[in-house]
Amino acid sequence: MRRARRASRRRVIGAASRFRLRDLGSEAMAGLLQRPGRSALTMLGTVLGIGTFVAIVGLSQTATGQIGKQFNALDATQVTVSDTGANQASKPTLDFPADADAIVDRIHGVIGAGVWWTVHFSNAAVSSRPGAGQGTQLSLPVTAATPGALAASGAKLDQGVLFNQFHQAHAQNVAIIGQTTATDLGIFSLQQQPAIFIGGQPFTVIGIIASDPRLPQLNLGVTVPTSTAQRLWGKPLAGQGASMLIQTRLGAAQVVAGQVPIALRPDNPKLLSAAAPPSPTQLRHAVATSLNTLFLALAGIAIVVGAIGIANTTLVAVLERAGEIGLRRALGARPRHIGTQFLAESTALGLFGGLVGASLGVLATLIVTVYHHWTALLDPRVVLAAPIAGGIVGLLAGLYPALRASTVEPAEALRR
Amino acid sequence: MTMTAVAPPVIRLSAVAYTYPGPPPVRALRPTDLVIRRGEHVAITGPSGSGKSTLLNLLGLLDRPTEGVLEIDGIDVGSASERDRAAVRAHRIGFVFQSFHLLPHRTSAENVMLAQVYADMPRRRRLGAAMAALAEVGLEHRAHALPTALSGGERQRVAIARALVNHPSLLLCDEPTGNLDTATTRELTDLLVSLHEGGTTLVIITHNPAVAGRAERRVTIRDGQLAESPGDGPGGQDGRPGGQDGRPGGQGEGASGQGEGASGQDGRPGGQDTWPGRPDENSVGQDSWPGGQDGEHETRPAG
Repeated sequence: MRRARRASRRRVIGAASRFRLRDLGSEAMAGLLQRPGRSALTMLGTVLGIGTFVAIVGLSQTATGQIGKQFNALDATQVTVSDTGANQASKPTLDFPADADAIVDRIHGVIGAGVWWTVHFSNAAVSSRPGAGQGTQLSLPVTAATPGALAASGAKLDQGVLFNQFHQAHAQNVAIIGQTTATDLGIFSLQQQPAIFIGGQPFTVIGIIASDPRLPQLNLGVTVPTSTAQRLWGKPLAGQGASMLIQTRLGAAQVVAGQVPIALRPDNPKLLSAAAPPSPTQLRHAVATSLNTLFLALAGIAIVVGAIGIANTTLVAVLERAGEIGLRRALGARPRHIGTQFLAESTALGLFGGLVGASLGVLATLIVTVYHHWTALLDPRVVLAAPIAGGIVGLLAGLYPALRASTVEPAEALRR
Repeated sequence: MTMTAVAPPVIRLSAVAYTYPGPPPVRALRPTDLVIRRGEHVAITGPSGSGKSTLLNLLGLLDRPTEGVLEIDGIDVGSASERDRAAVRAHRIGFVFQSFHLLPHRTSAENVMLAQVYADMPRRRRLGAAMAALAEVGLEHRAHALPTALSGGERQRVAIARALVNHPSLLLCDEPTGNLDTATTRELTDLLVSLHEGGTTLVIITHNPAVAGRAERRVTIRDGQLAESPGDGPGGQDGRPGGQDGRPGGQGEGASGQGEGASGQDGRPGGQDTWPGRPDENSVGQDSWPGGQDGEHETRPAG
């Protein structure tokens, strides 16, 4: 009923007065371009604020990226446990229990783990023939490692096999040699099950490794099972204790490092110390120094000052353009049309300020980056969000002036 | 009198009054009845402070009457919503101001097109309509000039084009020649008269006798009280024999019947413009008018 009455009245009165979006846009732009100098100066605060903000975020991200370069996935998933007890002892010591690999393997987040140490001889002599003279002997590093250590270190085989739990359990005289070592020793094929002699003890070479990313020294020497090494040459020397290499899942290194000493030596965890790489979040935190915080605060102040500038200019414009407001009302504008127009003007001021500011911020980041030969890193979302943030600043700044504009009395405004 | 073909009223005031809220409250317009029909050319004159501006604001829907009923084209706009009043302003009323109110950074055509924004004219048709309106006031050759490059008379013509572009029911002029010299005033008055002859309903508020004298009907306001040409300007309300035939602009005597000293209201056919006699009568309603006819021009001073 009421709707019908309203509809009939609508027919009598005709179409309502309108203010289309495109007209809103062009009227707001015309309003701004009416006084281009003033508009530009008004934007300055927003430009500075948004520009500083983008530059700080850009430089901070770039700096973080520089650190991240040295910091790769290999390091991020590695925990090294060292035998501090052995390093302080006066006689050869091994503080890792015999079943250390198995214990650590059970910790959540661990992919593989193993103990290893460097075997020290009074005269390290490795040869491919028994009783060879000095001339044919090589002084090569000999490493004792568990099968778990080989797996955790990511050893890649050229030929043959790695030693396994059987060899470890029975302290077999087997050895793995690096590719370079194999060439030096004149071993090219494992088909004849070649033997080498370490300190006079015969070992069967069962594998030649091509590379080992986490324990590259294995590539350059001879590796034997820890049980064999302990049987023949005893525990690691004092001051040069064993280590444990743990491969973890990405992100688990910190947690694993905290658990390993207690899991291995619940009686005296202090004998072992576990070192994990710094986490990416810690890195980023370190970069966000107090200086950055200060600059961010300044950027915030600049944005607030910019907002006040926009509010002030828009308010002045409302007072100056009272005649125009009265005219527009006389031409059929409703109060909300007037308010929307001034709101659009202030929002556009903020938006353009944000655009210019974001561009300058990106430029500043680029200049600094090129100067330091860094790789520029800037989240595109930050660059896109900056003008929007500027627009929101302008919108908020324009609320009060727009309200004032919409409440201007047309009759009074037209009298001037 | 025949009652055939009476033009419909554009403006109808029934006991409309306006009181400025105090303190102390000021009664700027006393209860007034006034009918202005389509095609009329009415001048409203009066000294400063007489209530002219108040009446203009009421007629232009810039203010709401505090009493009475105000209708435009039969729509009760006094009590309508602000949305509806804005719509009526956009589509049915064209304003011309003393100070022109042109936007200084826009060309003549752009100033005219501003009126089309709120009347929701499609953008592609705006320039054509604006050029047509400028042609109507004889200014199409200055369509792309800024107001600063125009003379006062030209500026007011642009303002008139802006007021005309939406084909309003009513052209409401507030002191249109107040800022113009005598020669320009004459030219502009000629333009207004020719517009009237073309069918435009004109209401001109002025205190310039030369402008008011060209109107076919004159209403005087004094101390918030309306009177149809009381005494001093009989020419303004001289009974036009064809006054009720409702032909817009068909009267043709707009410039003629203003001779001073024309006889009083009585005796002219159809000369019931002013309510004869009883100025203190408070009765409301047009039935009480002499002859009971829907008078073409009714002004009832009341209270």
